[in-house]
Amino acid sequence: MQRGASPFNIVSVAFGLAFLYLPITILVIYSFNASRLVTVWGGWSLAWYRELLNDAALLQSAWISLRVGVLSATAATILGTLAAVALVRLGRFRGRLLFSGMVYAPLVMPEVITGLSLLLLFVALNVDRGFWTITIAHTTLTMCFVTVIVQSRLIGFDRSLEEAAMDLGCPPLKTFLTITLPLIAPAIAAGWMLAFTLSLDDLVIASFTTGPGATTLPIRIYSEVRLGVKPEINAVCTIMIAVVAAGTIVASLITKGSAARRERAALGAQV
Amino acid sequence: MHGGMQKRNWSGRAIVLLPYLWLVVFFLTPFVIVLKISLSQTAMAQPPYTPVFDLSAGLAGLREFVGELSFDSFQLLFTDLIYLLSYLKSLQVAAISTLVLLLIGYPFAYGIARAPRGWQPLLVMAVVLPFWTSFLIRVYAWINILQRDGLLNDVLMKLHIVDAPVSWLSSDTAIYIGMVYSYLPFMVLPLYAVLEKMDETLLEAAADLGCPRWKTFWLVVVPLSLPGAAAGALLCFIPIVGEFVIPDLLGGSETLLIGQTLWSEFFSNRDWPVASAIAVTLLVLLLVPMLFYERLQKRSLEGGR
Repeated sequence: MQRGASPFNIVSVAFGLAFLYLPITILVIYSFNASRLVTVWGGWSLAWYRELLNDAALLQSAWISLRVGVLSATAATILGTLAAVALVRLGRFRGRLLFSGMVYAPLVMPEVITGLSLLLLFVALNVDRGFWTITIAHTTLTMCFVTVIVQSRLIGFDRSLEEAAMDLGCPPLKTFLTITLPLIAPAIAAGWMLAFTLSLDDLVIASFTTGPGATTLPIRIYSEVRLGVKPEINAVCTIMIAVVAAGTIVASLITKGSAARRERAALGAQV
Repeated sequence: MHGGMQKRNWSGRAIVLLPYLWLVVFFLTPFVIVLKISLSQTAMAQPPYTPVFDLSAGLAGLREFVGELSFDSFQLLFTDLIYLLSYLKSLQVAAISTLVLLLIGYPFAYGIARAPRGWQPLLVMAVVLPFWTSFLIRVYAWINILQRDGLLNDVLMKLHIVDAPVSWLSSDTAIYIGMVYSYLPFMVLPLYAVLEKMDETLLEAAADLGCPRWKTFWLVVVPLSLPGAAAGALLCFIPIVGEFVIPDLLGGSETLLIGQTLWSEFFSNRDWPVASAIAVTLLVLLLVPMLFYERLQKRSLEGGR
């Protein structure tokens, strides 16, 4: 790509970033507003955050969402990584077309369809709906995102290290665990993060597959938001934004650090 | 080498088995069930539809079951105007939103691709970060701005552009703002990916031969970026057609999008067969763009294998 940005380029990037960040910034600022009214600025205050700590129902929902997120992201990372390895390394196998179709479809499938179909499955199997059904649903949704991330890492990957290990008599499983896995670890970590945030974020699929006693944070927020803007909700949202922003920055530092280490190692090998 | 290959085949089967089974049970089977229930009839029962397939009845039960299937729900979808309007409205909203997204996203992605090398990862990260924050939160942020006593009216009234507060919420405008805002990263990232990889020498050659910058843009940059534009457009269009949260929170109640219609058939009317029939027709409607997207995705990930 040709370097050198024209004034038009600069303006369009600035406009795009402002469009993306202005609404979120406003939301964060108003979570610290002492006044209950959105348009009236009553000075800085942490009142709404204190109120959150007393809201037992909300805290319980947050706890449920957190557990669903960790469990489903972990399961999705294992399944998604296996699927990525299968798609990149196995070449042709029986049923590959169906497999890759099932892997890519959930990426764009409207959530109402995925949610409805999973619910009908759980009803047909006569399973009690609640915590576990949401976890299974989120695993199914998010494993495909993990697959895509790990797959792109596996494709741009030097196989000579694996081949060297195998030539020296290392069994395939051990080669995978000691050579391949550490090399694709950053992609796996990024996949887990994405799966976790997608699970934390999901309203539609969770609403279909939930049952009594399993109200996740988005379901709780949604039912409050339908009644209008509340400063407490601004505060919850700000906390979630802060958690996600911190997580993303840490994740990118990890991947960057490992990329830098790889580069240094490669340089060292050349010298 | 041959022995190794065979061994890998064996362990390969073990690798693929777990995710394959999971997807068959939790992704493919549910669709078969949706198809089946869309051919059932509503009933005041638990579960609220008939016929219920009884495995223990064997072949006779199967014959009876097939005999009781009906196309009533699909007939309703094609005769009652509410559903047809809902589909059309969804397609319209998705098409216009995708167009606006292209118009905003293209210059944005192009600007990032032309920024100094050192800045680019930072700018990409800035585009990705909102995508990681909750969808619900991003839509909610707009309610803060668009509501009657919200910030937009406040600013407009202080600038004397309007005299009385305008109701921005519960309108199509609000739906479009929400869609474009929420899906912008999905448009920018695939576009940036192709623009960033573009061969600089092509542009230099055009410039050396005296082609003006805008003409190079139209004749070289735009055609080469079409795969990215197609991927971005599909990545936005398909989910927007079935979108529920954005129109539900920002839109009005006159014409519902199809995602909302499915939701209300299921949760409010408890009409599972009609909800399933909506899902089936929606899936058929989106099948062509989805297959198209899968091919693009496969080509970019597997290098045209």
